[in-house]
Amino acid sequence: MYGKGLRTLSIATVATLALALSLVFFYAPLDADQGFVQKIFYLHVPLAIVALLGFIVGGVFAILHLRSGDRRWDAYSYVSIHMSVIFGVAVLLTGSIWAKASWGHWWVWDEPTLVSFLIVFLLYATYYPFRYAIEDRDRQARYASVFAVTAGAFVPLNFLAVRLAESLVHPRVFATTNGGLPGSMMLAFLASLAAVALLWVTLVKLELTAKSASGQLKRLRRALDAPAAGGASRVAPEVS
Amino acid sequence: MLPLATPALPLDEAGKYVAAAYVVFMVLLVVYVAIMAAKLQRIERELRDLAAFAEARAAADQATPGREEVDAR
Repeated sequence: MYGKGLRTLSIATVATLALALSLVFFYAPLDADQGFVQKIFYLHVPLAIVALLGFIVGGVFAILHLRSGDRRWDAYSYVSIHMSVIFGVAVLLTGSIWAKASWGHWWVWDEPTLVSFLIVFLLYATYYPFRYAIEDRDRQARYASVFAVTAGAFVPLNFLAVRLAESLVHPRVFATTNGGLPGSMMLAFLASLAAVALLWVTLVKLELTAKSASGQLKRLRRALDAPAAGGASRVAPEVS
Repeated sequence: MLPLATPALPLDEAGKYVAAAYVVFMVLLVVYVAIMAAKLQRIERELRDLAAFAEARAAADQATPGREEVDAR
C-alpha cells in the first residue's frame, strides 16, 4: 500500500536533486562576501527547513492519532520525526563545516540560531528513549503522540524567538530590506529546497513501506506459528 | 557582522569545505539506504522461511488425511 508510487517519487527526487545541484554549481553566482563557501548554504538551509517542518508534520500526525485513535497516524508521526532527526544530524554536520569555513570555529555558542536548533534536535533525540521506555503499545503510541504535539508546538515558537532576538552573527538572507537573495541564487535555493523536501517524502514513504512489510510479516508469522497472545512489544509501531 | 568581516576563502581552500559538506550529506544518505536495504533483505529472508514453513505444513497435512478435521474441532 505504502510502496505505491515510490518508484515515480524516487525518480522525481533524483531528477530534482540533479537539477538543484546543477543550478547551485553552474548557474548561481559566487557570493560577494563568502565566495565559494556559500554553496553550503544551498544544502544546509533546505535541510534545516525540511527537518523543522518534518517535526511539525510529525506533531500534526500525532494530533490526528490522538483524535482518531488510528495507529496508522502514530506510525506516520514516528516516521516523520525519525526522518527529521536524521536530517537534523545532516544540518548540524553541514552547519559545523560551514561555520568552520566562515567563522573559523566548528561551533559558536552565542549564536541563537545554532543553539536553538541544537536544543530542538536534542529534544527530539529524547523521543526514542521516551517512546521505548513504555511497554504497553497503546500507551506508548498515546504518550509519544502527546510528546510529538508538545515538541511540535515548540518548534515554531523557538523559531519566532530566535527571529525576534537580536543577532549580529547569523546572516539573514531572506530579509526584505538590505539586499536578500538575488533572483539566480533564489532559484537555485528553491530548487534545492524542493529536492530536499522530495527526498524527505521519498524516505518517509520508503520507511513506511518497510515498516508495513515488517508488520504484515509479523502478523503472518503469528498466524502460522500459534494463536496470537497479544503482549507488549518494544519495536517501532507496526503499519498494516 | 562576523561573516562580512571575514574575507572570503580562496577557491582551493573553500573547495574542501564545500566538498566535505556535500560528501557528509551523501554518506549519511548512503548509510541510511544501506540500513534500509539490510532491513528489506531480512524481511525477504523471513518471508522465504515462512513460505517454506507453510509449504512444509501443507505437505504434512496432505500426508496425514483427516488432520484438518481434527484441527477444526
